[in-house]
Amino acid sequence: MKQSSDALPQVAPAKTEGHGFIVNILSQPFTWLIALAGVVFAVFPLWGDNVQLRESLLLAAVYVTLASNLNIVLGYAGYVNFGNIVFFGLGGYVCIYLVSEWQWPLVAAALIAGVSVSLLALLFGLGILRLRGAFFALATIGVNEAIKAFVANFEPWGGAAGIYLSLDVYEPLGGPGEALWIVYFLIVAAMTASLLLSYAIKSSKFGLGLLAIGENEDAAAVLGINTPRYKALAYSISAFLPAIVGGLYFFKTGIIEPSGAFDLTRSIETIVMVMLGGIGSVTGAALGAFLYEELRGVLLTTEAFSHFQLVIAGLLLLGIVLFAPGGLMGFIYRRWPSLRRLLQ
Amino acid sequence: MTALLEVTGITKRFGGVHAVHNLSLMVKGGEILGLIGPNGAGKSTVFNVINGVYPPDRGRVVFKGEDITREPPYRIARRGIARAHQIVQPLATMTVLENCTVGACFGQKNLPLGRARDVVHEVAEIVGLTDRLHHPAGQLTTAGKKRLELARALSARPELLLLDEVLAGLNPTEIERMIAVIRRIRDHGIAILMIEHVMRAIMSLSDRVVVLNLGGKLAEGTPQSVASNPDVITAYLGEPESTGLGGGI
Amino acid sequence: MIGIIASIIDGLLVGAVYGLAAMGLTLIWGVMNVINLTHGAMIVLGMFALYFLASALGLPAYGAVPVTIVVGFVFGVMVYWIAVHRVIGRAHLMSLLSTFAMNMVLVGLGTALFSTSPYNVPVAVSGITWEGYTFTGTHIMAAMLALAIAGLLYLLLHKTRIGKAIRAVADNREAAELNGIPTTQVLSFAFGLGAALACVSGTLIATLFPFTVLSGGAYELKSFVVTVLGGLGNPAGALLGGVALGLIEGVTTPFMPVSWIPIIEFLLFIAALILFPRGIFAFSRA
Repeated sequence: MKQSSDALPQVAPAKTEGHGFIVNILSQPFTWLIALAGVVFAVFPLWGDNVQLRESLLLAAVYVTLASNLNIVLGYAGYVNFGNIVFFGLGGYVCIYLVSEWQWPLVAAALIAGVSVSLLALLFGLGILRLRGAFFALATIGVNEAIKAFVANFEPWGGAAGIYLSLDVYEPLGGPGEALWIVYFLIVAAMTASLLLSYAIKSSKFGLGLLAIGENEDAAAVLGINTPRYKALAYSISAFLPAIVGGLYFFKTGIIEPSGAFDLTRSIETIVMVMLGGIGSVTGAALGAFLYEELRGVLLTTEAFSHFQLVIAGLLLLGIVLFAPGGLMGFIYRRWPSLRRLLQ
Repeated sequence: MTALLEVTGITKRFGGVHAVHNLSLMVKGGEILGLIGPNGAGKSTVFNVINGVYPPDRGRVVFKGEDITREPPYRIARRGIARAHQIVQPLATMTVLENCTVGACFGQKNLPLGRARDVVHEVAEIVGLTDRLHHPAGQLTTAGKKRLELARALSARPELLLLDEVLAGLNPTEIERMIAVIRRIRDHGIAILMIEHVMRAIMSLSDRVVVLNLGGKLAEGTPQSVASNPDVITAYLGEPESTGLGGGI
Repeated sequence: MIGIIASIIDGLLVGAVYGLAAMGLTLIWGVMNVINLTHGAMIVLGMFALYFLASALGLPAYGAVPVTIVVGFVFGVMVYWIAVHRVIGRAHLMSLLSTFAMNMVLVGLGTALFSTSPYNVPVAVSGITWEGYTFTGTHIMAAMLALAIAGLLYLLLHKTRIGKAIRAVADNREAAELNGIPTTQVLSFAFGLGAALACVSGTLIATLFPFTVLSGGAYELKSFVVTVLGGLGNPAGALLGGVALGLIEGVTTPFMPVSWIPIIEFLLFIAALILFPRGIFAFSRA
């Protein structure tokens, strides 16, 4: 059971009577804030054709996507998905495979990647999410490792060596240079969609159910929430956009192989991002991802620190859990309570 | 009048101990049935079997003519049985309003968010929590939490309300207030099955009373007949609550 | 044919050590409802402790065993006070994350200090030869020591005051507190005990196989499989479950490439969780 100090009090935006759900979301200032963030991401590097900035923001956008989707399962329902990177990697493989072996156009391949990984996640989730929190958490690590091992032995997907993309896959998009820009915009779109999705869920009845599960699963069940189904749905939904972004990311990179696609370290870092920003907060997930990514970028340039990446992440996570479980947004909301109504 | 809830031949064992043995009872629509008995008599077990927390080893639970014996708790909640627990379980970081909204959204009527909020305002008025709707549930007083437990159950628009010692830990004034609230709930047509140790509440509220002892039914009847039943008095001998002194656990 | 039987017996012997490791995990789980995700790191700690005591300091290998029990205990108590104490009452996911974070720190430091290269501790114990096959002495010693330590644990839990206190706290912490038991101290002791078991089982494993800083993960997975099979908080079940896992490994290793074993164990884990959520030995209860 959570205690009051653990998470941010969840306040869904006030409802305007008689209006539909979509209209309600559109009328909230936070929605427009998210849209603005997306526009800023898209436009900034375009100014002056700043490729370096674009690359840096691309990575940030990827992580914001991963973190905000993870937040649905971790932040709302309180289930730790240690292996969340498996959606990213599997989506990457499906998309790359379709593009490289079957010459599919990128957008279609990425969408199919999203749908197929989501469906797999739903099936798996229906089985694995009857388990309570801790068991589920452990099972997700195993999923990642098992799928990584499987893919490494799966010849049609290149086995341990993976798949190289030949340069002509970029031709339909106007050549490698153009393609990189297009992929960037698509990733930013996916990031914006992720933020909107997690916000919409939080404001919905489905989200309320998830939050109740996160507070006290037994009480939630007695109150009428179909907890296994809700958890499985959340797990499945949280797979969709990361899978798409995985497809886009590895398309841009030009190569995908098992250890890079299913990197458990990245998975763990996503958890740290969500905790850092403030578990359960949409803004928090975005902030946490952005800040951690910048921090990591700085640290990795110093040779010494690259050895200690995991140690630093671990200390950070430990510190947050022990002393600041509400993360950054927890701190911000305590200082400026009025912001709680505006940001989510 | 056919029974709203019919519990037949329920047996539940834990390890080697029979918590409940071959117990049958029924609740009619719109009535208040009191369930009393010394500690360890099996009362909470009966509740747990009714709302699906665990299945009985033997026996059936029939609600509105349908067998609900092995259904999971969420499905039973959807059918129209709501429960206020003895050990309160507030969704602590959510507000009173949100707590009750959960009850309203996922209860029998399965309401969308907007209309759920209307129901909550109505319920808060009945229970007396209107002034605290936006307080985080974890910060309420014990009495407040008890009321929230009740309000949340009520928000689900149940036809049968299971009240598990909702008066425990309340002072005499609070008890009087709760008794009035419970009466108002019954006046809305909701049947109530209540476990209680506060005898004056049982006496003044119940239409009928069932007495449990050591997992079996000891007596059943009107409050007066049960109170004067010598076996019942013997079973309670040595328990100060039985004389109405102490006013609670 | 003999080969299979030999493999099975070897598996059973190693399984006893798995069981010992799992006992550490299940003890902590049963007493304080915390899943100790530093379990793997504790196992690795035991492995490296043996390396340093035996290779660097020249102690006889099995003489290191009592030392590693103490080392593991001390580390366990430390981990308790750093990562567990503050999160005990809170949402389950907090203790998961805090022990996980602690594990990251420990493994990360270990990697920085020892890199990921394999280490080996050669231990010479003569084996028993039968029908042309030799049962490795190290396997036999490891199994015997594992059983002996398990026996000591049983005595501690059931015949000493601290053991009674642990069981009281495991049953109902509030009641134990009301009865005058200093529950926080008891919890830290129990955690230390669980870590000690993990640590010493790591030492025993190191007498059998080479290891790296990252070996903890695989053995932690085995411990989880065993813990689920044996039932949470059930040390006897953990021991039996360990032997059962050893048996399964003994039967399958002759026929399967080594890299598939973690996958099989993971599938077993999932299957056990879904089919026997309370452990194989508990399926008669509700």
